[in-house]
Amino acid sequence: MENKLIQTDPSELLKTQTNARIGLGNVGGALPTQQTLSLKLDHARAKDAVFSPLNIELLADALSEFQLPFFLLKSKAENKIEYLKRPDLGRRLEKHSLEILEKNNEKTDIVLVITDGLSADAVNTQVINVLKQLIPEWSKKHKIALALVENGRVAIADEIGERLGGKFTAIFIGERPGLSSPHSMGIYTTFQPKVGLTDESRNCISNIHPDGLSIPQAIRILNYYKEESYINQYSGFKLKLDLNLIEEQKNTPTIG
Amino acid sequence: MEFRYTVNNFTYNFKDLKTLMAKASPYRTGDALAGISAETNEERVAAQFALGEVPLSLFLTEHLIPYESDEVTRLIVDSHYQNSFSSINHLTVGDFRNWLLLDTTNQVVLDQVKMGLTPEMVAAVSKIMRNQDLIAVAQKCEVISRFRTTVGQKGRLSIRLQPNHPTDSQSGILASTIDGLMYGCGDAVIGINPATDSPEVVSNLLKMLDEVREKLEIPTQSCVLSHITTTLNNIKDAPVDLVFQSIGGTEKTNSSFGINLNILNEGYEAAMELKRGTVGQQVMYFETGQGSSLSANAHHGVDQQTCEARAYAVARKFNPFLVNSVVGFIGPEYLFDGKQIIRAALEDHFCAKLLGLPMGMDVCYTNHAEADQDDMDNLMTLLGVADCNFFMGVPGADDIMLNYQSTSFHDAMYMRKVLKKRPAPEFEAWLLAQGIINEKGERNALNSKHLLLNMHGK
Repeated sequence: MENKLIQTDPSELLKTQTNARIGLGNVGGALPTQQTLSLKLDHARAKDAVFSPLNIELLADALSEFQLPFFLLKSKAENKIEYLKRPDLGRRLEKHSLEILEKNNEKTDIVLVITDGLSADAVNTQVINVLKQLIPEWSKKHKIALALVENGRVAIADEIGERLGGKFTAIFIGERPGLSSPHSMGIYTTFQPKVGLTDESRNCISNIHPDGLSIPQAIRILNYYKEESYINQYSGFKLKLDLNLIEEQKNTPTIG
Repeated sequence: MEFRYTVNNFTYNFKDLKTLMAKASPYRTGDALAGISAETNEERVAAQFALGEVPLSLFLTEHLIPYESDEVTRLIVDSHYQNSFSSINHLTVGDFRNWLLLDTTNQVVLDQVKMGLTPEMVAAVSKIMRNQDLIAVAQKCEVISRFRTTVGQKGRLSIRLQPNHPTDSQSGILASTIDGLMYGCGDAVIGINPATDSPEVVSNLLKMLDEVREKLEIPTQSCVLSHITTTLNNIKDAPVDLVFQSIGGTEKTNSSFGINLNILNEGYEAAMELKRGTVGQQVMYFETGQGSSLSANAHHGVDQQTCEARAYAVARKFNPFLVNSVVGFIGPEYLFDGKQIIRAALEDHFCAKLLGLPMGMDVCYTNHAEADQDDMDNLMTLLGVADCNFFMGVPGADDIMLNYQSTSFHDAMYMRKVLKKRPAPEFEAWLLAQGIINEKGERNALNSKHLLLNMHGK
């Protein structure tokens, strides 16, 4: 494309200071073609992430290799549109899923829940990697169960944890996609899960993606929350993250 | 009190005024989520007919949220001016719509009645108005506010420059600020949403913005949109121009934001003492948005648009410099798509203007809402025609801290061009003196020696 049509912004130095979309130039005040299409592309990728499906086959295969009790479940939200309109339905299990949990007799200490949230691709691509590093360590001390849930919100871990009699849950969920990070995963932990808890009872590790919080960092924080929850017998805002503890080993950004 | 309306021999019953208001609301996901919207399209229009027959004066005695249990209701009732209301107290909601649209109901007349209007009256009439009605009536109102710039005059359009950064990097924020100034943005305010509410970070950002403003002699004001208690904490040591707070339309909503009317008043009085304005001393900046009361489980069965209008009573008490709704920010469970966001924004702008607020709009959407840039183009153009006071200016429309899309610096150029609007007069004079724009409002070519581009690192 012909560059001389564009009034450029002489701000190369400024552009090194931020990832914001500055120094874009203009054509009669408007965005140049290249810039307007790049924004559209990033938005298209974010929208696609919202509607991406959980790769159930691949995830179920990988999860069964851990040889732990494993449940394949669904929330009350029947599809993505209903999921977006009715957050309350995404927080509860549908009838058949409740029956599956009803049949379980095994004792459980920790429940790890995997769900699509607002970006299934964030989970499809990252969660197995996290679990492979986590489960061998945690299963030395705890009885663990796994649940893979379609169309789940964060609070669905409360119902699953309560039904299985677990003491601690961690839910791995796709976060609301940003233009620069469409595949970002979050982890929410809860001690003594039960239906009706709100966000103040949870701890959150967010922004897990290749350009954000790294998987080893996320695991380190997750270990911290798990240990502290068992020591204090609670989770949530009262548990403060000790940033020194997290940062001492590696000089990468923490929760962003 | 019960309300009824019969359509084709079927009578719809509405058990009280708030139920009638909710059922008469144009469809949106938030009211459905709350379980208070009309069951069918026919029921919705029946409710609108029934609401049209309600006398305006009924809103003075039938409180949607009890006087005893809600300080926002008390504020609305206690600050109602009977004298301003007397010329319209005989009208029904339906008559009120007709009256608003009359050619003889001009700006002077609207100014005379505004203190006699309650948020509920204004919300009610908006529910039976089409989008074009909301635009036509809002356009009759001119609400001007002043601090270091004069915002809201006819033929003017101001922009809040929003240079957010995910880690509050000062050099990153400065880079976005300079870029925005080069596109003529920042005459409403240079306003940062901080990533953290740490008093130290907020204080340093305030100092940085103030230094830039003084060095470049920009006639504008700055604001770091921290919680009001953080601002109050800083107000003695840091240069605070405007005091910001998010507000809602019920006492419980405000309490979920950690505020009440007393705290707002404290912020207002502290900022008034500073006398930092030059052309005026309006010192408050408020943000609102439909859905916040439902989200805080604090809606009392009142529909989200009426809750929103009630927030304007809170804003009005403190004579604000800027107010805007963050309409599409809240997400699809409250406003699902471009159509709902556009409708809600036109309602919010209309209600606020009629109540006398200097209303702007964060024309925006999140990536999980069914909306895109084309919807935002439609909405900003409609609001521009309605003479909305100000919009946001975000680099490339992409807010890298809040992760949503708003309007961009380039959108500001577009709106001023197609709607033939100019920046606030003080700021426009500065832009011309700096050679940033020409007399026609077009961007001049800037070279790298321009003063603005040599701010960094100093």
